[in-house]
Amino acid sequence: MGLESLLKQDGYFTTKVDALIAWARKSSVWPMPMGISCCAIEMMAAGDPKYDIARFGSEVMRFTPRQCDLMIVAGTVTYKMAPVVRKIYDQMPDPKWVIAMGACTASGGIYRTYSVVQGIDQFLPVDCYLAGCPPRPDNLLNALIMIQDKIGRTKAAEFKNAKPPELELTQRN
Amino acid sequence: MDLKEHVVQKLKEHFPGTNFETTDYRDELTIKFPKEVVVDVCSFLKFDPDLEFSFCEDVTAIDWAKRKDRFTIVYQIYSFKNNFRLRLKADVDESDCKIDSVTSVWKTANWQEREVYDMYGISFNNHPDLRRMYMPEDFEYHPLRKDFPLMGIPGSIPLPKK
Ligand code: SF4
Repeated sequence: MGLESLLKQDGYFTTKVDALIAWARKSSVWPMPMGISCCAIEMMAAGDPKYDIARFGSEVMRFTPRQCDLMIVAGTVTYKMAPVVRKIYDQMPDPKWVIAMGACTASGGIYRTYSVVQGIDQFLPVDCYLAGCPPRPDNLLNALIMIQDKIGRTKAAEFKNAKPPELELTQRN
Repeated sequence: MDLKEHVVQKLKEHFPGTNFETTDYRDELTIKFPKEVVVDVCSFLKFDPDLEFSFCEDVTAIDWAKRKDRFTIVYQIYSFKNNFRLRLKADVDESDCKIDSVTSVWKTANWQEREVYDMYGISFNNHPDLRRMYMPEDFEYHPLRKDFPLMGIPGSIPLPKK
């Protein structure tokens, strides 16, 4: 951004709060690696030095949803797994985004059967669908860039009064 | 004497009144018997010192849809001592959809019988823990039956609210 050269001239610059917050948010998207099956391997590959997701500030894969901004659902979501995915999503603090990685999460993919949810958008709001079985790691990085664009366009105030999700108190065994 | 003939002969000697049907296809021996004797036959095969079929590799079932005895239970067993595999079969009809559990003979049969119960709805007498294996506990259908639609029954498994 050439910030340093700016600071050398005057010592200050003007911007909008929205722009500043969006810039900070989109440069440090912490993913929740929801790796359920084979797509997770490509998600892991995106974190290795060859593809290096750290270039986009997203190398901090958190295994607790409380510290995450972005859920990467990588793998086949069965009906039995769906409440678990939803429960983890509900625990993530706002604002949050979801990538549906791979054909399985987007549409059920090759599993056109009674046990697999035919598209996770039936129970989750999805921001970005990723084609491929599995998608290549660069494709995941592409989705991350698209999410960053989307974050850059959101206003900070939009999330101020976001309602907490309704808690479902009954637990299925 | 060939081991296959030996197994069949021993069984016939030990269970004189029982009707055993044997098939030998592609060098694989299959023995079919009425479901009432399943535990006796299995424990004989396991504990006989010559045979020692000590490993139950799989328990599964076949749904013949419209046949009179609708289901066939299949046991794949193995003898380390003789390096020999044997397939056992027993018919179960839908009107009396039960068979005795062989968990008392092979402990591994426990989960495999649970799987058969989950997928085909055949229940096992004297099973220590007959719960569903894969599907949710309150699911009402049995997915591997031929009359179950491939895409399932809409609304039978609830999804979380969006
Ligand atoms: S989309 Fe393909 S690679 Fe990804 S989870 Fe489904 S089957 Fe596996």
